[in-house]
Amino acid sequence: MPSLKDLKNRIASVKSTRKITKAMQMVAAAKLRRAQDAAEAARPYSERFNAVMASLAASVGGSDTAPRLLAGTGSDQVQLLIVMTAERGLCGGFNSSIVKLARTKANELIKAGKTVKILTVGKKGREQLKRDLGDLMIGHVDLSEVKRIGYDNAQAIAKDVLARFDAGEFDVATIFYAKFQSVIAQVPTAQQIIPAQFETTAEEAGPLYDYEPSEEAILADLLPRGVATQIFAALLENGASEQGARMSAMDNATRNAGDMIDRLTIEFNRSRQAVITNELIEIISGAEAL
Amino acid sequence: MADMVQFDLVCPERSLASGKASEVLIPGSEGELTAGPGHEPMLTTLRPGFLRAEMEGGAQDFVVTHGFVEISAQSVSVIAERAFAAADVARPDLEAILDEARDRMEQAAEDEERHGLERFVADLVHLIDQMD
Repeated sequence: MPSLKDLKNRIASVKSTRKITKAMQMVAAAKLRRAQDAAEAARPYSERFNAVMASLAASVGGSDTAPRLLAGTGSDQVQLLIVMTAERGLCGGFNSSIVKLARTKANELIKAGKTVKILTVGKKGREQLKRDLGDLMIGHVDLSEVKRIGYDNAQAIAKDVLARFDAGEFDVATIFYAKFQSVIAQVPTAQQIIPAQFETTAEEAGPLYDYEPSEEAILADLLPRGVATQIFAALLENGASEQGARMSAMDNATRNAGDMIDRLTIEFNRSRQAVITNELIEIISGAEAL
Repeated sequence: MADMVQFDLVCPERSLASGKASEVLIPGSEGELTAGPGHEPMLTTLRPGFLRAEMEGGAQDFVVTHGFVEISAQSVSVIAERAFAAADVARPDLEAILDEARDRMEQAAEDEERHGLERFVADLVHLIDQMD
């Protein structure tokens, strides 16, 4: 049976923990709004970009001269997994669920006899993957100093990936990130970016464009940018998901702390009452003995 | 209105402009062009330069460095990798891009890539000179 003093200390410490989680939740809520705005603001660009790319890819894709970024290297032996996670923890299952998806995929590929290489973005994913897949890692991108994800960050990652592709280091690249659905739902997603894949919406084949310069030249110019665009979109989704996950995790923690304080307070009151009763009994029995 | 097109200018981080425009002057990679209502559909890449849109509220100027334009009879969509409103573009921004392009040019291994970058640098230098 803990003493009254123990209980009091315990309540005080849970209360200060609750204050911290509450503050973290509010910070995450504010950051979430900003992250969502950023993701929203970036959407028109990536939507239009992808629409144009899809129509270009559809008309050029079949030919023999299609760029390697679109047609692939003709092999899928070496697979690059780009695992994007957060730089910080305390955000529920956010990092783990992305890592889990990537790990499952990596193990599947290894079983199928493919070579797997892993590039991590964000510290948390790296820490988790290092344990069992550490020897497959070929690089890490640190974004812990970045306050606000910009297109430049995505471009830098894309540049690195493209340089590796040109050097023949891999055949297929897939990015892993969490799609933001709502504050309580973030969906871990795998998306292949090299060779580029477009949602082939079999709708009406848009207007017939004049191309200046040629279709192939435009496509060759755009494909590397498409990689950056997709990485940027994924980074923003991830940012919003992270804050959403943290917000709900901290909300839970705050609620749990509240429940615990209630329980401890009841226990504290009971013990105090017991002490008082005891004292009374002692006084009364002392008086009777006289 | 029949004599207007839907004009959109988007860059990766945000949408810069959206509205009706009577004509848009575009720095296409194969030469300047003006797009207005009823223009035949075309797709072209951009080179660094000024982009001017005659919008309802008056002309608006932008500086774009890279990207492409999708033109149809009713709309002009500029999808620029980097774009600024001409009013708040600062020389250091452009000079930073210029330096980066120059670095890449020096490292470029293939002739084709270097030629492309050389043109990009030349256009950018021209653009910066024009700003004064």
